[in-house]
Amino acid sequence: MQDRDFNRALQADDDTRLTQSRLLVLALATALVAGLAAAAITFPDDFGRLAPLALDSLPRSGVLNPVTAVLLNYRGYDTLLEVVVLLLAIVGVWAIAPTPRIWFKTPDTPVLATFVRLLLPLMMVVAGYMLWLGADEPGGAFQGGAVLGGVGVLWAAAVVWLPRAGRPFWLRLLLGAGVAAFVIAAVGLLFLRGNLLQYPPEQAKTVILVIESAAMFSIGATLAMLFIGGYPRREEAK
Amino acid sequence: MIGTSTLYTLAGVLLFGMGLYALIAYPHLLRKILAMNVMGTGVFMVLISIAYQGPTQRADPIPHALVITGIVVAVCATGLALTLATRIQALTGSARLETDEEA
Amino acid sequence: MIFETAFWLPIGIMAPLLAALCTFLAPQRMSPLVTMIGAGITFVAVGFLSASLVRNGPARHTVGGWGAPLGIDLAVDGLAALMLMLTAVVGAAVALYAYGYFNFSGHGEETKRRYASFWPLWLFLWSALNALFLSRDVFNLYVTLELVSFAAVALTALAGKPDVLRAAMRYLLVSLVGSLFYLMGVAYLYGEFGVLDIDQLKKTVTATPSLAAAAALMTVGLMMKTALFPLHFWLPPAHANAIAPVSALLSALVVKGSFYILLRAWLEIFYPLSHTGAPYLLTGLGGAAILWGSLQAIRQVRLKLLIAYSTVAQIGYLFLLTPLLFVKEQSPIALSGIVCFILAHAGAKAAAFLSAGAIQLVTGDDRISSLRGLMQMQPLAVVAFGAAGVSLAALPPSGGFIAKWFMLHAALAHGDRLVAAIIVVGGLLAAIYVMRVVAPLFRQPDDAVLHRLTLAPKTMTLTALGLAVLALLLSFAGIPVMEMLSIGAVGILGIE
Repeated sequence: MQDRDFNRALQADDDTRLTQSRLLVLALATALVAGLAAAAITFPDDFGRLAPLALDSLPRSGVLNPVTAVLLNYRGYDTLLEVVVLLLAIVGVWAIAPTPRIWFKTPDTPVLATFVRLLLPLMMVVAGYMLWLGADEPGGAFQGGAVLGGVGVLWAAAVVWLPRAGRPFWLRLLLGAGVAAFVIAAVGLLFLRGNLLQYPPEQAKTVILVIESAAMFSIGATLAMLFIGGYPRREEAK
Repeated sequence: MIGTSTLYTLAGVLLFGMGLYALIAYPHLLRKILAMNVMGTGVFMVLISIAYQGPTQRADPIPHALVITGIVVAVCATGLALTLATRIQALTGSARLETDEEA
Repeated sequence: MIFETAFWLPIGIMAPLLAALCTFLAPQRMSPLVTMIGAGITFVAVGFLSASLVRNGPARHTVGGWGAPLGIDLAVDGLAALMLMLTAVVGAAVALYAYGYFNFSGHGEETKRRYASFWPLWLFLWSALNALFLSRDVFNLYVTLELVSFAAVALTALAGKPDVLRAAMRYLLVSLVGSLFYLMGVAYLYGEFGVLDIDQLKKTVTATPSLAAAAALMTVGLMMKTALFPLHFWLPPAHANAIAPVSALLSALVVKGSFYILLRAWLEIFYPLSHTGAPYLLTGLGGAAILWGSLQAIRQVRLKLLIAYSTVAQIGYLFLLTPLLFVKEQSPIALSGIVCFILAHAGAKAAAFLSAGAIQLVTGDDRISSLRGLMQMQPLAVVAFGAAGVSLAALPPSGGFIAKWFMLHAALAHGDRLVAAIIVVGGLLAAIYVMRVVAPLFRQPDDAVLHRLTLAPKTMTLTALGLAVLALLLSFAGIPVMEMLSIGAVGILGIE
């Protein structure tokens, strides 16, 4: 219902005529693009920036995939804050929307639900594999989390099972697990080794994998909950 | 002589400008949110093209990691913005920012 | 280890973050208690950090032990410490006020449930602001900027009415576009100079087209977030329609966060461009903001809109002295003026919004015409607003006065008569809009109104009064602030 309203409003809004004010905006945007383009062609292309340093430090990072090394080790603090961004988005969405954005109803045929039941364990394995792979090859918590997010959306659409209460503890725990693991590791290592997130080199891979696993579940749950919007409440679904 | 990576940089800059135009010019919130995502993609493309170091060398992993972080932030921003937009639509029946007296 | 400054740097970020996580996981009724514990630890960390800074000088913390340029560094100097302390003091006062505000019997159950999100959101905001003040990495600053915006937008939307949701949406869009401009600037900096750490950038920057592009992108993006005229359009509806404790946080702290990055960026990264017209352009916009914002404030019918337009005007002062920051003789005084202004404005503006909120709770609306005779009914709130007004209008003795005294001193020493004139005129205009509010408060109230009124809780009026008194006491802070700023001054004024 809501979706149809949204689409109708969008069509009514298809007016793309160039009014005077739009022409002004277009001129400004064009000037910006021209200026930025003029500067962009002067980028030096004969030096590696931080790449040599990042690649040379790989043996001390605990992983072989350079992007994972940057994300979870060199710049792990960025990723910590990024996992916080995910949690904050959920807190924000729940503060803004008291009801789910999408109204689920049980599908008429059992096909979707059965399909999801079969698919679910398989996708969990795929996500776990992507996480494990991330240490040495392209992959990692975000890719795995995206797969889990897709599973969550399908799950909700098939209404295999939705929580009855507004904010069940297990859901909050799932959403907060990434931040919890990251912050506990960060502060623990601060006390043990004097710097936030300073891994012991021998155990770096283990610590990274533990943090990434928790983060992957939180990312998956967050993506699904961002899609659903608001609290998932089954009894309100029509 | 403009190399391949510069071409991608320029395309990214162009996407940034196009997104900015659409974001300001069109009043519907869904369009604004999409435009914001186009802008973001432009920035990510510039970062990716900076990372490219030619066919023989490994790409710079730093911008790649920045882009992953940026994408996650953009997804969260989109989720938050869509929630606000649907809430506004539900309460006021219109998915635009300006009220009737302003329009 | 725990006696080193560097150890306490990340605690100020992690403590409120951990508390935010706990308020999310624990049952909602425990949120105020968890917030109190988290706030206490953060207070101790900020206190230790500042004391240790004064004794041992500036300190760095290398997250992950890698160190710049590969890793991310946190650093504290006098400027950062002052911002941390400001956030802690204003934030704690606002949280105390919020506790009284939410427990006020006038709210319905549904409203109270929505307000429960205030606690995690405020703790996230606090953590993000502290992370912003301490970070030395331009990309990490982008992530903290986004954290600040998300928390601020969600807090704005807490009021739940259509007007405020539209305002929050506009705020979110402007904020995101601002962040993307900033991020594009980061891409240009990395593309040209190959590093993200501010100290590394400081050593390598030269006046190239890419640096100019990055400066333009970041300045415009952060101007949007700071609401500098003419990009201020989103601020009045958002700040005026949010609930009072949120308005106070937004006006006192959130806009200062993006300004802080802008200030540091110009002092430490874009300084090779200080001879272009850009700093003068910022001065011009600042002057326009003061005049336009003040005139709009004088015209307003609603109290909170008046205070919000006053914020638009006062943000102008932060930009007025930009060129002087690059003049060796005037730089320390100009910077002291700007920082004193940030502190005084934060205290006074938070007090103004908080007392307006207390008044609004008892009168039921926030039209200035309904303020008649409130001195008899709500003396504490009225005195708090009056004291805040003294600082906003920069009358002695107040923090606003000492800030403007520094500014005038720097401007006149450099021969900028026009800037000095704008500072004086802005003060007069502020006195006019403050008087518009204060005058009716002392009139004889209508009898009908007298019977209708209930009293706002003491926690609310007293915290507003406390902040207002603090803004007045800042008149003694001129020299201490200057001394604080000299700690690690090379970090701020790295222009040789």
